[in-house]
Amino acid sequence: MTTVLQPKDFASDQEVRWCPGCGDYAILKAVHKTLAELGVSREKTVFVSGIGCSSRFPYYMSTYGFHTIHGRAPAVATGVKLANPELDVWVITGDGDGLSIGGNHTLHALRRNVDLNIVLFNNEIYGLTKGQYSPTSRRGTKSPSTPQGSVDNPVNACQFALGAGARFVARSIDTMQPHLVQVLKRAHGHRGASFVEVFQNCVVFNDGVFDNFTAKETAAEAQLHLEHGLPLLFGRDRNRGLRLKPGRMELEVVTVGENGVGLDDILVHDEKNKALAMLLAGLEPPVYPVAIGVLYADSGPCYDRDLHAQIAAAGPQKDDLNALIRQGRTWNVSD
Amino acid sequence: MATPTVSRPREVRDTVVIRFAGDSGDGMQVTGAQFTIETALAGNDLTTFPDFPAEIRAPAGTTFGVSAFQIHFGSQEILTPGDEVDVLVAMNPAALKVNIKDLKAGGLVVADTGAFTERNLQKAGYESNPLESEGDSLARFQILKLDITKQTLEAVKPFGLGQKDALRCRNMWALGLLLWMYGRERQATLDVIARKFAKRTEIAQANAACLNAGHAFGETAELGADLTGYVVPRAPVRPGTYRTVNGTEAIAFGLVTGAKKAALGRLVFTGYPITPASALLHTMANLKQYGVVTFQAEDEIAAICAAIGASFAGALGVTSSSGPGVALKTEALGLAIAAELPLVLVNSQRAGPSTGLPTKTEQSDLFQAVYGRNADAPLAVLAAATPADAFECAVEAVRLAVKYMTPVILLSDGFLANAAEPWLLPDVDAIPGFPVSFRTDPTGFYPYLRDPKTLARVWAVPGTPGLEHRIGGIERSYDTGHISYEPENHQRMTETRAAKIAGIAADIPLQQVALGPTRGSLAVVGWGSTFGPIQQAVKLARAEGLDVAHIHLRYLNPFPRNLGELLRGYQQILVPEMNTGQLVTMLRSSFLVPAIGLSKVTGRPFKSAEVLAAIRSRLEV
Repeated sequence: MTTVLQPKDFASDQEVRWCPGCGDYAILKAVHKTLAELGVSREKTVFVSGIGCSSRFPYYMSTYGFHTIHGRAPAVATGVKLANPELDVWVITGDGDGLSIGGNHTLHALRRNVDLNIVLFNNEIYGLTKGQYSPTSRRGTKSPSTPQGSVDNPVNACQFALGAGARFVARSIDTMQPHLVQVLKRAHGHRGASFVEVFQNCVVFNDGVFDNFTAKETAAEAQLHLEHGLPLLFGRDRNRGLRLKPGRMELEVVTVGENGVGLDDILVHDEKNKALAMLLAGLEPPVYPVAIGVLYADSGPCYDRDLHAQIAAAGPQKDDLNALIRQGRTWNVSD
Repeated sequence: MATPTVSRPREVRDTVVIRFAGDSGDGMQVTGAQFTIETALAGNDLTTFPDFPAEIRAPAGTTFGVSAFQIHFGSQEILTPGDEVDVLVAMNPAALKVNIKDLKAGGLVVADTGAFTERNLQKAGYESNPLESEGDSLARFQILKLDITKQTLEAVKPFGLGQKDALRCRNMWALGLLLWMYGRERQATLDVIARKFAKRTEIAQANAACLNAGHAFGETAELGADLTGYVVPRAPVRPGTYRTVNGTEAIAFGLVTGAKKAALGRLVFTGYPITPASALLHTMANLKQYGVVTFQAEDEIAAICAAIGASFAGALGVTSSSGPGVALKTEALGLAIAAELPLVLVNSQRAGPSTGLPTKTEQSDLFQAVYGRNADAPLAVLAAATPADAFECAVEAVRLAVKYMTPVILLSDGFLANAAEPWLLPDVDAIPGFPVSFRTDPTGFYPYLRDPKTLARVWAVPGTPGLEHRIGGIERSYDTGHISYEPENHQRMTETRAAKIAGIAADIPLQQVALGPTRGSLAVVGWGSTFGPIQQAVKLARAEGLDVAHIHLRYLNPFPRNLGELLRGYQQILVPEMNTGQLVTMLRSSFLVPAIGLSKVTGRPFKSAEVLAAIRSRLEV
């Protein structure tokens, strides 16, 4: 018997306790919709999270869920896959959880290519601990722990993921429901670790931090929507584009039809080109648009599958433990 | 050239302690391990003590690069690696310098004179050759000076080895001689050599030739009183099939057996390389055909977290480390306690704090195991007494973990992990099962529904329709498992977690007395790998007519329910520990008994003489 589940069927009966207006609500809604559209079952789906506002996420799902400890969700999720590779495992994390205290686990889950869907809510702030700057906060961020402004450089989440060896790296924005659903579906379809950074607005401690590229009035000029095989065009009139600066490994913004620039000069997005993905991940306003969508997708050997294949290759499972402990040199003592 | 002689009569010995000592590149551990197997096959009881430096290859010839392997064997029950050494095989001056102090007066030194070069003597800090000087510190011993280096080079000549490879066969020559000396066979060693160097036949042949040459030297050399053969009669042991086992192997077998007895199809074993625990990860990695999945994690924290994730998903999660690594796992242990998931954590303790002495043994993580977490976070703690006992302890750790849905810490230590002894192989099929039943019925399901007797919550595994639920580290409602910040609920949950672990006391055997009366003048109470020296010391003390008993604890949290009453039956309680007094503090605080500690933290096991002296002193003998 197959029942078609609706988005609401993926919501738990628990009252959602994020601040009113938090971007997390929109991501939760997108995930409900994604799972319904994918037609997955609740019992085979597991959400694992760490600590932070975003990590409350599993409690609001009607699937299996495990709200673990700060930064460790990728490790716990890896264990779930080691025990049962058939489960569909999502990791929900944040910029502090996944890139600061848990940076090491994010790194290794990605490089191993464990078949996990990792969704990192990036709000560039520590919300649950009341507003300290985070590892993705821009230089100069004033916060309770940096009253004069932060002096450390932020980490770029997607570049970090690419550097760690992630084979699926994408970006979306909390408020872009259809786009977010599409990206999450792509992530789910990718075999191996998929990494999705979602720009998420913290209405209380960092409100509007992404306005420079997410606000209605800036979005068109400051967002580059990536589509595999299509030219890297953006702007209200879709006449601005990216090309390689002649003789340099560097992107530049050009306008089609100006200074002799034709459509042929614009780079075409290639999801399998890691070097391009690295360049795209690093683009920042005001000079460049922010690249949104699938930056990189190129499947490769997947840890949990290969591990279980290795176990199968070791030979048939045995259960004669008397034989096991009697392996090697034994001797008999008679009465 | 020695001429064949009629075999000289062998002298009979009850027990013998041999220490093979050399440079860390001299193959002393292999030598010791092979001597152990041949000795076990000869029917002696035995205990071994591998003792090696933390450095993999410390500068050759230095005292800090000395690696040693001690074996105590005999025709009676052998409980310890031996207090004093009867025979010291010294492959170089540094080995002699470091180990001579443990040789008993009149003991035998077998020294490779070929390695006593000026340079090696200098590196060992000798001003003159101790083998040559008259009336010096070696006067109390018998010295057998043999140019093993030269003999080895002779023996390997036909195989065309380079100087370096040729010299690496010295240990086999020495082994061959010692095997002759105690009337051992060589076949098991020849088999191992053939297997190990299957792809380099010239090396295999050279090693075999050296082994045989060393043996033949003993058989034929005319050395008069210098070289005597011995016979050590078989030990009267219980009939059955035996093998040698060290603590690491025994724990691996026990974990696999436990998972099978729990009817769990998969055991996920996670670890991060750390001395002396890594060997368990290596051993488990070769048990893939027995339902084992191994995972070398990026760090200690990831290792335990992956084990917890595996348990959440319905496998038996097991992780292993040593003290510093366990410290890193602490927060995650709290999660497993809160989430009430089964987990086994094996701690192969080493000397600390911090990096401490990674290859030296200690039992100083008892407080860490029992108390070392934030908040009220109880879990069960067991400790293995001997390598063979470690098998049973591992099975028991799994039983408690799955029955009570709790993390269980199994304490081993660097000595137990590496020490080997003969193991009377159990019939695994005869061990009672404790099959887990996963919850499948959605009717009335809550994730924290408890068994009224054990207080264990249900184990509902992802993939089961209708049981979808969320758990985590935030305090949860007693009934539903939903997040709860209610003050009374937290009180109740804290008490429930404590009661669940305390309740295990009703499910474990009453504390027995290992040796001696159940009440009297003095009880010597131990735990873990001090079993051997304490047992031996109590045995000797009782033979002297002293009123003393040995009580050895396997269960350290909770304690057996009769322990307090038992302890109060003795006028004095002595607690020898390889720490500065952890169990003694726990016994005093738990039972208000006037227990006294005996501490040793040198990185080496107790000698039975040390425990015996403390017994005599308590009883004012």
